[in-house]
Amino acid sequence: MLQLDAVTKRFGDRTALDAVSFEVGDGRLTGFVGGNGAGKTTTMRIILGVLAADSGTVRLGGSVLGAADRRRFGYMPEERGLYAKMKVAEQLVYLARLHGLSRRDAEANAAELLERLGLAERADDTVESLSLGNQQRAQIAAALVHSPEVLILDEPFSGLDPMAVETVLGVLHDVAKRGAPVLFSSHQLDVVERLCDDVVVIANGQVRASGSRQKLQDDNAVRQFELLVSSDAAWVREMPGVTVLDFDGGYALFEADDDEAAQAVLRRAMQQGPVASFAPRHRSLAEIFTEVVK
Amino acid sequence: MTIADTRTNTFAQSAVLVADREVRMRLRSKAFIVSSAILLLAVIASIVAGSIFGASAASSVTRVAVVGDTQPFTQVASLDVTEADSVGDAEQLVRAGDVEAAIVPGDGPTGIRILALEEAPAALVQLLSATPEVSLLEPADQNGSLAYLVGLGFGIVFFMAATLFGTTIAQSVVEEKASRVVEILMSAISARALLAGKVIGNTILAFGQILLIAGAAIVGLVVTGQDALLSDLGPSIVWFVVFFAVGFVLLAALFASAAALVSRQEDIGSVTTPVMMLVMIPYFLIVFAWDNDLVLTIMSYVPFSAPIGMPMRIYLGTAEWWEPLLSLVVIIATTVVVVLLGSRIYSNSLLRTGARVKILDALRG
Repeated sequence: MLQLDAVTKRFGDRTALDAVSFEVGDGRLTGFVGGNGAGKTTTMRIILGVLAADSGTVRLGGSVLGAADRRRFGYMPEERGLYAKMKVAEQLVYLARLHGLSRRDAEANAAELLERLGLAERADDTVESLSLGNQQRAQIAAALVHSPEVLILDEPFSGLDPMAVETVLGVLHDVAKRGAPVLFSSHQLDVVERLCDDVVVIANGQVRASGSRQKLQDDNAVRQFELLVSSDAAWVREMPGVTVLDFDGGYALFEADDDEAAQAVLRRAMQQGPVASFAPRHRSLAEIFTEVVK
Repeated sequence: MTIADTRTNTFAQSAVLVADREVRMRLRSKAFIVSSAILLLAVIASIVAGSIFGASAASSVTRVAVVGDTQPFTQVASLDVTEADSVGDAEQLVRAGDVEAAIVPGDGPTGIRILALEEAPAALVQLLSATPEVSLLEPADQNGSLAYLVGLGFGIVFFMAATLFGTTIAQSVVEEKASRVVEILMSAISARALLAGKVIGNTILAFGQILLIAGAAIVGLVVTGQDALLSDLGPSIVWFVVFFAVGFVLLAALFASAAALVSRQEDIGSVTTPVMMLVMIPYFLIVFAWDNDLVLTIMSYVPFSAPIGMPMRIYLGTAEWWEPLLSLVVIIATTVVVVLLGSRIYSNSLLRTGARVKILDALRG
């Protein structure tokens, strides 16, 4: 488990991170969401040791992270980049060896990854000669070539074509399945909602919410229901303990004071005629996010 | 996929990997190979040319006509003597171009006179002139014009290597910043290991090139029979190599930290100019003040010019035995300080892209 405890970072007078604490569980895909300048990249750089925190600690499995532990991290920075004039396979081997792998292991890993990402034929081409999509695949390979035990990805989906997005998703799942903590930041809240086990929400350098995505959605749930009937649903307005938020012919979105009030609406609807649908409204992560960071 | 090796890289292993990449990538660059080949050819050509001109100068013989006693002149190897019966005959021989000059009896203190068409052959005049006895109180160990050439040689080699490889280092630092690959590198190894690897790799390249040139020069001198020069130059060349090694590390660290301040290749010039000055000033000093003892003595202790100044003084024989050692201590101490400050600037600037980073900010972190 990767744990951040009261990590604080200042740039001059500006406090970029203010006592940031959260956990990334083993085998859990954790989404890291926040607006631009909220502190996501700074947090990730501190986890990787690329930046030093002013105070606070980062622990892995209970012990404070050292440079040796970080060698086993995989990192995809927000600012993409590889050596343009180096060959793809050669570059991956070089990066893997910088992470401490032997030449043989590095070569085996690079070949296997390139095969899997569909880049095997381009192994001996320079990075600059690849198409943008293939450059992105090479970038993903660079984060994974040393079989990392922890994966930190900064905006892994930004600028990816749909096929590459699926590739990255597959890879993230695989790594998490092996039991590695995976933390990735994203602006695309729909992706985070679809993919993540856990969510960390950050705004202005402070963690606003963290934990299981399901729990976050439950905690921020409101008693809102959607009703769709074949006849006019104007009568919903007259029901006790109910506030109609949206109404259009047979459709009504309402908020109930308690579950009993909602059930009363359903019973009345069934007396009136056929009910096409009745359901508690599911709030999207995007909606919760806007509320949480306010 | 194999599970990541738990063995971790030490600082040295990381630096060696980085250095290895620097060397391999450079050797693959056509520009580097071509410029090295041109430099090598220039050195070989100058040695061969030197031997050809030297040979023609040595073999020159002046054809002269002599009136009177020919005995003293036939002994002289550089004279091809033709006997003339009278001054008139001699004059005719000169006018006809059969001889370059004629030696006839004269009224002056030497008792002879030279007849020539437009200009008397300088070698002949010199040969026949009476030279006063000279006693030098402080004889110079080396021939003046040769000393100038030696100084110029040290200056050019150091200047070329420092600018060529300094620029190379600067470009390779900015390449990593501009392509953003530096952040991936820094997540794997420390900025210090990265800097050390770059400096080591380029020092090896610079050294390899110098050794190649030196080797070509030595072989060239021996083959063309100019090896007498070698024994004179030996000790100063050895010291030059030692000072070059340390001095190059110093400059490489300066180039790397200066380049780390900017993020685009176009901006390299603006930050490396001050470092370039540090390389150019000693070069111009050796060109214009190679025979000024005071300037040379100061140069031999200032870290940036010591790799030129100290070997020069050793060649001239004006340095005591302990002086190169003391100067070496000064330059090593400076290098340690510069490398420490430089690696601080380097580490603190690598992730700041966009506008140029101020040196004070980079030092503060």
